[in-house]
Amino acid sequence: MSSETGKILTTDGIPLEESLKQAEKKNKIKAFLLVAPLLLFLIITYMIPIGDMFSRSIDDKMVTNMLPKTYKAMETWDGKELPPEEVFEAFYLDYKILVKNKTAGKLQTQLNYEKNGFKSVLKKLARKQKKFEEGNYKEQIMKVHKRWRNVEYWRAIKRRAPSYTYSKYLKGVDMYSNEDGKVVQVSEDRRIHRILWIRTVEVAFFVTLFCFLMAYPIAHLLATLPMKYSNLLMICVLLPFWTSLLVRTASWMILLQQQGIVNDFFVWTGLVADDNRPEMMYNKTGTYVAMTQILLPFMVLPLYSVMKTISPSLMRAGKSLGATPAVAFFKVYFPLTIPGIGAGCLLVFILAIGYYITPALVGGASGTLISNQIAYHMKSTLDWSFASAMGLMLLTGVLVIYWIYNKLVGVDNIKLG
Amino acid sequence: MSKKADFVKFDKVDKSYDGKVLVVKDLNLDIEEGEFVTMLGPSGSGKTTCLMMLAGFETPTNGEIFLDNNPISNIPPHKRGIGMVFQNYALFPHMTVFENLAFPLKVRKMSQEDIEKKVDKALSMVSLGGFANRMPGQLSGGQQQRVAVARALVFDPAVVLMDEPLGALDKNLRESMQYEIKHIHENIGVTVVYVTHDQGEALTMSNRIAVFNDGKVQQLSSPDKLYEEPVNSFVAEFIGENNTFGGEVSEISNGTCKVKLEKGEIIANPISVKSVGEKTTVSIRPERALINPKDKMDNNQKGKIEEVIYHGDHTRVRLNLLGNSEFILKVPNSSQNLDIKLGNEINIGWNSHDARALDPK
Repeated sequence: MSSETGKILTTDGIPLEESLKQAEKKNKIKAFLLVAPLLLFLIITYMIPIGDMFSRSIDDKMVTNMLPKTYKAMETWDGKELPPEEVFEAFYLDYKILVKNKTAGKLQTQLNYEKNGFKSVLKKLARKQKKFEEGNYKEQIMKVHKRWRNVEYWRAIKRRAPSYTYSKYLKGVDMYSNEDGKVVQVSEDRRIHRILWIRTVEVAFFVTLFCFLMAYPIAHLLATLPMKYSNLLMICVLLPFWTSLLVRTASWMILLQQQGIVNDFFVWTGLVADDNRPEMMYNKTGTYVAMTQILLPFMVLPLYSVMKTISPSLMRAGKSLGATPAVAFFKVYFPLTIPGIGAGCLLVFILAIGYYITPALVGGASGTLISNQIAYHMKSTLDWSFASAMGLMLLTGVLVIYWIYNKLVGVDNIKLG
Repeated sequence: MSKKADFVKFDKVDKSYDGKVLVVKDLNLDIEEGEFVTMLGPSGSGKTTCLMMLAGFETPTNGEIFLDNNPISNIPPHKRGIGMVFQNYALFPHMTVFENLAFPLKVRKMSQEDIEKKVDKALSMVSLGGFANRMPGQLSGGQQQRVAVARALVFDPAVVLMDEPLGALDKNLRESMQYEIKHIHENIGVTVVYVTHDQGEALTMSNRIAVFNDGKVQQLSSPDKLYEEPVNSFVAEFIGENNTFGGEVSEISNGTCKVKLEKGEIIANPISVKSVGEKTTVSIRPERALINPKDKMDNNQKGKIEEVIYHGDHTRVRLNLLGNSEFILKVPNSSQNLDIKLGNEINIGWNSHDARALDPK
């Protein structure tokens, strides 16, 4: 804006526009400084770990680092026929160092993943290479084992060259890339992850559904009861919320186990025989019950906050206009609670899909979820890159759900309170 | 088709919420077909409760309500076919104006064609022709109000109830809406039961007004009668302005009575006093008392001016008269030069007919 006819000047003679910009700049810097600690905190505790997780999940430099000369020499090899002498020489030199450092075992394992039978060939080479003479390594190596004459084995080494791999992600869905570089499923008896994924989504879905079915009437009651009763009910909803998760999970164990209170009651009433007590714990039932109870407040609160804003005269208006109570409910009341339903369901679903402690404690074998598998790989097998890969898959899944939700309902329709 | 005099009938209706206090006591009220009846009263007087009982959201504790000679206490609200305009409009915020108006027609399973025709007609009735596709949130308060009125009328109900529908509007808009609703009523001849605590609104719009207090109808009559001839001191006090004298009847004869005050005596029109010695409150409208009356009037008193307030078209004068220091006079702002000055003593006169001796306060 530079109208020549007359800029407005401040009393100091500075153009008003500039002086305003200066004043605003100060404010902007101040505002930024105020949020900077939070931003920094988010970057350090959220963005960096996720970035690290990602790089860890695709990181595959192990073989590349072990065979630096070989891969350099292989750059010019087209992979059609046996590689030239330089490659053999480079491989010999690399392998010699590995054998000397006693780290050849890792390479053997890694290459065996690529091509079955590689391990024994490499082991034999480790023994024989001590007697190698200088020059013409191609002949010498090929003499050690006839498989070195098979171009497949050299291709397997070359295939292992990229420093990045998505094999962990494939493993997460029970697949792998075979010798031909094709992505195939693992044998049927080893497919455990896919079951876990499906179970996780299933549990999260049904927990969300149960929470919704239970929370809707509670929230409605909360929003419509007179103050003195609704406060009491609110405390009943919040009290478990304030109680430690472990305490609540443990209470469910006490209640639901085979010798637990609920089973005792069933036996006492004669509903079930003493020697035929149903298993309600350490299986999916236990996971459902405990998770629904724990996540219920996350559904009640957004629903309540939305229902509170709906004027009771709307239902009355619906009825006075001739709608039966049911029609008035579904045409008038229910559509107005959708923002709350969306918020509650999204919240519960996302919390449920990554739930760890409760399924770990009460899930047993048939009630554990993908998060338990991730924890297992982090703590027991120490396969962090696989754990990272599965964690990221979970995160991606949540983002996809969020995206679908946004498409269907619109995120701006969410009301958390 | 003759109009039924008791189209809506409250027959000895009692209502109590807690079993201890009756918020509506022995209510008897007949509303004629096509009439505009206003229930007027202070808050807590039971008028809204009556409306809710008629709409079906509350049930009478005792007695029965008849609509067109049918008892309706056991009919749920959605089967009564009574339109209602709510205090805060109660438009469905997730539906367009069209959908709001189509709602009562859809639940009545009308054809799409009929629905469109009726909605168009109703919208043009409230002059909101081009607004069918707006959401209620995009309309101003007055427009929302008109949509609410149109929605209550679109399904041709026999009776329309309005619960302080203009309460949330500003003064100017409220006045123009009053006329608008009145004209709509005149045009389509629907029976309207209107609840308000604003007496101006009630006087402007109604055929008859039922003044509520303490769960009872104090007086049911036309606006002019209500103002000119209040039957008790609550009505006299509640409707319009009112000067009162508390005293005792000292003589009663032939359509007039003498009331002895603490200081002095006045001649009044005995409305609710029957015998000598009864306590009474005498009520005189400010505009019925004149300064230096030319004609002879049977009450003539001297009063001292204590306050003069200029109101544009008229001047309000507060006097100390017969020991009542709150006696108000309204003097029309004409060129007539009266001796209205603070502290002056002036002559005040009124006819005994306009001084109504009512029940004591």
